[in-house]
Amino acid sequence: MDPTLSLLLNGIVSGLLLGGLYAAAASGLAVSFGMLDIVNIAHPALMVAGAFLVVILGTWLGIDPLLAALLQAPLFYLLGVGIYVAYHHFFERRGDEALQGLAFFFGVMFIIEVGLVMAFGPEQRFLDPWYGFVTLRLGEIDLPLRMLVPALAALAAIGLLYLYLQRSFTGLAIAAVAQDPEALRLMAVNPVRIKRLAFGLSVALAAVAGGALVVVQPVEPSSGQIFIGRVFAICIMGGMASLLGTILAALAFGVVENVTATFYGPSWSPAVAFGWLLLVLAFRPQGLFGKAA
Amino acid sequence: MSDLTRRGFGRIAAGMAASSLAAPALAQSANPIRIGYSMSLSGGLAANGRSSVLAHKIWMEDTNARGGLLGRPVELVYYDDQSNPGNVPALYTKLIDVDKVDIVTSPYATAMIAPAMPVVMQHGMCFVTLFGAGVNEAFKYDRHFSMNVTGDNIKETYARGFLEVAYKMLPTPPRSIAILAVDNDFAQRAAESARYLSRQRGLRIAYDRSYPPTTVDFTPTLRAVQATRPDLFFIASYPPDSNGILRAASELRITAPIFGGGMVGPQIAAVQAQLGPILNNLVNWDVYSPEPTMKFPGVEAFHAKYRARAQEEQVDLLGNYLQPYAYAQMQVVEQALKRVGKIDQAALAADMHANEFRTIVGDIRFSALGEWAQDRNLIVQFQGIKDGDLEKYKQPGTKVILYPESLRSGTLRTPYGAPT
Repeated sequence: MDPTLSLLLNGIVSGLLLGGLYAAAASGLAVSFGMLDIVNIAHPALMVAGAFLVVILGTWLGIDPLLAALLQAPLFYLLGVGIYVAYHHFFERRGDEALQGLAFFFGVMFIIEVGLVMAFGPEQRFLDPWYGFVTLRLGEIDLPLRMLVPALAALAAIGLLYLYLQRSFTGLAIAAVAQDPEALRLMAVNPVRIKRLAFGLSVALAAVAGGALVVVQPVEPSSGQIFIGRVFAICIMGGMASLLGTILAALAFGVVENVTATFYGPSWSPAVAFGWLLLVLAFRPQGLFGKAA
Repeated sequence: MSDLTRRGFGRIAAGMAASSLAAPALAQSANPIRIGYSMSLSGGLAANGRSSVLAHKIWMEDTNARGGLLGRPVELVYYDDQSNPGNVPALYTKLIDVDKVDIVTSPYATAMIAPAMPVVMQHGMCFVTLFGAGVNEAFKYDRHFSMNVTGDNIKETYARGFLEVAYKMLPTPPRSIAILAVDNDFAQRAAESARYLSRQRGLRIAYDRSYPPTTVDFTPTLRAVQATRPDLFFIASYPPDSNGILRAASELRITAPIFGGGMVGPQIAAVQAQLGPILNNLVNWDVYSPEPTMKFPGVEAFHAKYRARAQEEQVDLLGNYLQPYAYAQMQVVEQALKRVGKIDQAALAADMHANEFRTIVGDIRFSALGEWAQDRNLIVQFQGIKDGDLEKYKQPGTKVILYPESLRSGTLRTPYGAPT
């Protein structure tokens, strides 16, 4: 195969796999930020907290990190419910959710990061599954299972969430609360309860993303910081409340980053990826799959 | 709206203040000599910051067990700078003006030392720093002293050992080199050194690019480097990038006569535990290895004490990187104070310029800029690794020293990427 073509194909494939991780990290945010309009800047920090718990749980039980992530997801759901209750009580209820809510989640992020350092120390933590060092070869295309398995697992989790949101009454209520909470109240559904549930789900998704993160790379308490810009960009590019849009934007983000790194050097990757976001917003302010207001 | 803004930022400030209190100043005892510094106890630099504090504590306990300094007990006063350079000037102002410490030493790393310099200079304090690289090139402060092996002229010395090993130990001389460096001060200086010395030797630079610290996936970059087929891979990276780069190199089955350079990460126990045999034959910059040629007086006793407490303190389990240098940093202060006999910043600086220091990392003399008069960049090679067990890193033979010749403990194994 022509070397340039091989580089291009590998760049695209590795970008798709990287996009799978980004989709995992951004999907929870698509629920909280995209649907509930809650600027949860602590989402990547919650993902890292999930990753730390995955390491502990996985080491203790001797199980796969992704399985450990699923097992701990209910715990994070409850944590998310707790965070939302505090947020609603102190900010949303009073109409202070914009700037003060942002400060609240900034504080949550900070507390999580410092809490992880104090509880576990600042060292890198890892939990390698058996497939962590295995790479499949399809001709000249490399498929490291370290990237492939978490990407597939993340897409499966997002697929389940999509079905839940599309097929269940509660899922439809979550979509509705994003559009008009008062109309939901008229249908005898408490929008606060729905938002509590949805926020819990978004934090549970962060925990699942934490499992994917541990498989891809070791984690340290500040690992979430490098994801903050990316996950918000992906969410906005995808169209805020659109899960499908989030997945496609995440995959595209990964491909743009990796193809740029291959041919123009990694320094250009963030500039090109975020430049692309600006282009999208210039021509489709509602994002790729968002509905125009 | 302005009220909301103030309250919003007030909460942020409260959160930040709370984290500063995470490592409060230690309790005072009767008229102690107080040594103050900021250190990264949280944030990206915390792994090295926290283990440095443990080394400092061990030095303090050793010193106090010997009766203290100048007949007074020693006390450490330190605050968490959260790995944020913006916090450093205020912390040093507090240490000097409010806490009124007798001596100041530095936080870890160039990015944190540089913002402390103006405050320290303004107060005329003697300043022994830890693992800064070329900080005093701009300040030219005559009371600055650096505990780092890189010496005065990083550009001409940092990559010298790497290239010497390549030219002297490879069966055929290398013809090309690829340089990949993270966008931070130290790595860029390392890359500049590799670039400069490669050109001096007429080595073809096949790839020369930087990457942002936020890079998650290194496979496309390494594949692009691999496509240029260099004989030497010189990579200047930071953890956790180093981990991602080495795993990507393994996944891409990269082989090269020499792979490594100035990677920060493979010196750290957690990285060694995770990567195991992926580290085999990596040729890399380092500062310490438990080889017979580096058995300086006191270093084994230090490691025994450090390793006994590392698990409990949740820091690097081996202490084979900057930890002995953190202890030696305080030994410099100790020996100067003993010779001067009083706390006199000018006299302490004069003493440090004039005398040699006997430390657990060897005998040190400082240059006019306060760097090590003789640089000692080690080039080591990881050899014979079969798993992630850390015990072997406590013994000679795993991290073999190839350069400098005076400390050499083994010979080069090649290529990188060959099955063990």
